[in-house]
Parts: sequence; C-alpha cells; structure tokens
Amino acid sequence: MAHRKPILDRRKVVAQILERRGDALIMPGLGAPTWDCAAAGDHPLTFYSWGGMGGCAMMGLGLALAQPRRRVLVITGDGELLMGLGSLASIGVQKPRNLAVIVIDNEHYGETGMQPTHTRHGVDLPAMARAAGFRAAGTVYTAPQLKAWMPRFYRQPGPIFCSIKVTTADAPLVLPVREGTAIKHRFREALLGGRAYE
Amino acid sequence: METATRPPTWPLDIYEVFKKAGIRQVAYVPDAGHSLLIKACHADKAMRAVCLTTEEEGVAMLAGAWLGGERGALLMQSSGAGNCINMLGMINECRFPLLMILTMRGHWGEFNPWQVPMSQATVPALSAIGVTVQTVDQPDEAGETVAAAARLAFSTGRAVAVLISQRVIGSKAFGK
Ligand SMILES: Cc1ncc(C[n+]2csc(CCOP(=O)(O)OP(=O)(O)O)c2C)c(N)n1
Ligand SMILES: [Mg+2]
Repeated sequence: MAHRKPILDRRKVVAQILERRGDALIMPGLGAPTWDCAAAGDHPLTFYSWGGMGGCAMMGLGLALAQPRRRVLVITGDGELLMGLGSLASIGVQKPRNLAVIVIDNEHYGETGMQPTHTRHGVDLPAMARAAGFRAAGTVYTAPQLKAWMPRFYRQPGPIFCSIKVTTADAPLVLPVREGTAIKHRFREALLGGRAYE
Repeated sequence: METATRPPTWPLDIYEVFKKAGIRQVAYVPDAGHSLLIKACHADKAMRAVCLTTEEEGVAMLAGAWLGGERGALLMQSSGAGNCINMLGMINECRFPLLMILTMRGHWGEFNPWQVPMSQATVPALSAIGVTVQTVDQPDEAGETVAAAARLAFSTGRAVAVLISQRVIGSKAFGK
C-alpha cells in the first residue's frame, strides 16, 4: 500500500482539541505531545510528562477508573504508544467509557532526531486498538475528518482510539513546569481540592 | 497431612489490609503465590482488579489512579520487578505513593535455574530506583508488614515493595 503523506499541523490539531476541553483531564505523553499541550495553554488538569515512556495510556486508564464521571484524554506520540502496545489490550479488557486515546502520529521519533517509527512502515495502531476491544478506532488525515472526530473525543462511549497523522514540521519548544511533584500536586489540588493533601 | 492441603490464610490477611487501607485498584501480572489474593480482589465489588500484560503497565496505571484520588496495589512475581525499573523512575521523581507486593521466586528451594538471576537482582534493582523494600519471611507476618508498608507508601508518598519469601508461599503452590 502506498504511503499517504500527512498534512496536518500538530500544534493546530492539539490546540483545536484542547479548545473544547471543558472539565476533561488531559494526559500527554512525554516530549512533543507535552509541549503541544503546553503551547495550547497551561492548565493544572494537564499532567505534563517528562518521562515514563510507554506508560501514558495506562496512566490514563488508572485516572479514568478513579474518575468515572470525568472525561480523560490521553494525547501521546506514536513512539510512546508503540513502547506500551500491551496497554491497548489491558484497556480493551477494562473498557473505561470515559477514556479516549489520541496519538499525534508523525510517524517518527521526533524528540530523538526524527527516526521513522513502525507507523511509517504501515503498522496500523487503530486496527490494533480495535482488535484489542476499543469501542471505536480510526485514523485522521484531513481537517474535515478531525472535525468529525472532535465530539467523539469528548462524548462517544470509550475506550476510543484515534491516530491523527501530522507532519514532521518543527514546532517551537514550549516547556511547561518540570518538577514531577509540582505537576502532581497542582493536578490533584485542582481535581480533588482539600483531599489532595490528606 | 491434612494441614498441607488447607489453603493458606496469609493472602486473605493481605486482602483485609487492602480493605482497611482503602485500596480500590489492584493491578497484577499473576503469580501462583498471589492466586488467592487475586481471586478475592476480583470478587470484591468495591475493588477493580486489572490484569496487565507487563508489570510496568501497573506502575503507570497506579500513578494515574493516585492522580484521580484512588489508592492501588500492584501484585507481581519477583521476575516482574526488572520490567518496572524505568517507570519506577517516574514514581520516584513525582513522589507517587506505590504499594507493590512481590512473591519471590529463585531463592528458597528454587528448582528453576532461569529464575535465579532476576531473583538475585530484585532487591538491588528496586533499591537503586528508590523503592523501599520490606520482607515477609513467615506467613503470620504478612498482614502486619503489608499494613505497615501501606502506611509508609500512602502517608509519606513513597514506593514500597513487600517481598514475600518463597518459604511463605510453600512448594505446594508451585506449578499451580
Ligand atoms: C524508555 C525510554 N526510551 C527512550 C527514550 C528517548 N525518547 C524520548 S522521546 C522519544 C521519542 C518519542 O517519540 P514519539 O512518542 O513519537 O513523539 P514525537 O516526538 O515524535 O512527537 C524517545 C525515543 C526515553 N525517554 N525513554
Ligand atoms: Mg512521533
């Protein structure tokens, strides 16, 4: 199958998604997806991650199970997700209705020098998610497709999975707060109030 | 001998401690030594028992659980400790509380040589990444040790691993 060249801009995509975040909880993967979320506007209910590669979707699962009334959006990279493919199966079995896993798929390990990932060679993450038991999964190449998915990210019963194909164009670094304890505390305080420090 | 066929009580002692400590999410990769505890957690409507494909998934999942205000516990065989190391770095940096219960293989009376290397590395590897390690050498110590570990983990924001000796699990449980 011929390769289809991505055309969407990651910063615009993530900004559009987060414009509608409402009271959703956002779990970005390490590196560029975290910078994308920071660029869209700092928010205490975004758990910026600077490490833990391969764990982002499972962090989303634990959070979604703990907060069944809140929508949880995992927004991660193709490389990050490929490191934790088993989590698709674990999430598919648990079927959290409030979880969406979104991959900002530039088909490369951007952070480390733009080496192609398996998705560049045709590995189909949404097909894997569907096979693992996600309730819906798809790939977005165009702006109209993204628009159609937008309400699904926030409302369609999960778990849902969407791979958004984006270019490898450079995006300026926007670095959020770095210290893990600070990111954790402000997230819990915003979500749990006084219970955060019990 | 009749006592040899009776199920051990220490797994249910741990389960009772989980209840008292308010554990809501239990993530695991199975080990024969954990089978009774896993069954008890699955049967409990107030708990979510989550089977993983690899142990590090559970480390990440319970970090997410804590962010959402829930406490969890992670069950595994000692072989799984090595799978968790980098993810435990995140636990350390963010000071996430984490309660891990490991059933040991590869030391007391082990017959499988492939279990020995990771068994030897379990304590040094966990210590190196900042996990406090506590051990259970007798069945009747299990409840109080897990209770103490839970208090340490959740009150001080630390990762604590309780290692249950192969001596406690008993050769009877192997291969089941
Ligand atoms: C366990 C581990 N292995 C490798 C790295 C190095 N690393 C950091 S980001 C990254 C690539 C991430 O790629 P992707 O998730 O696709 O994000 P992108 O930058 O392409 O948006 C890698 C390999 C790491 N931080 N941790
Ligand atoms: Mg990438």
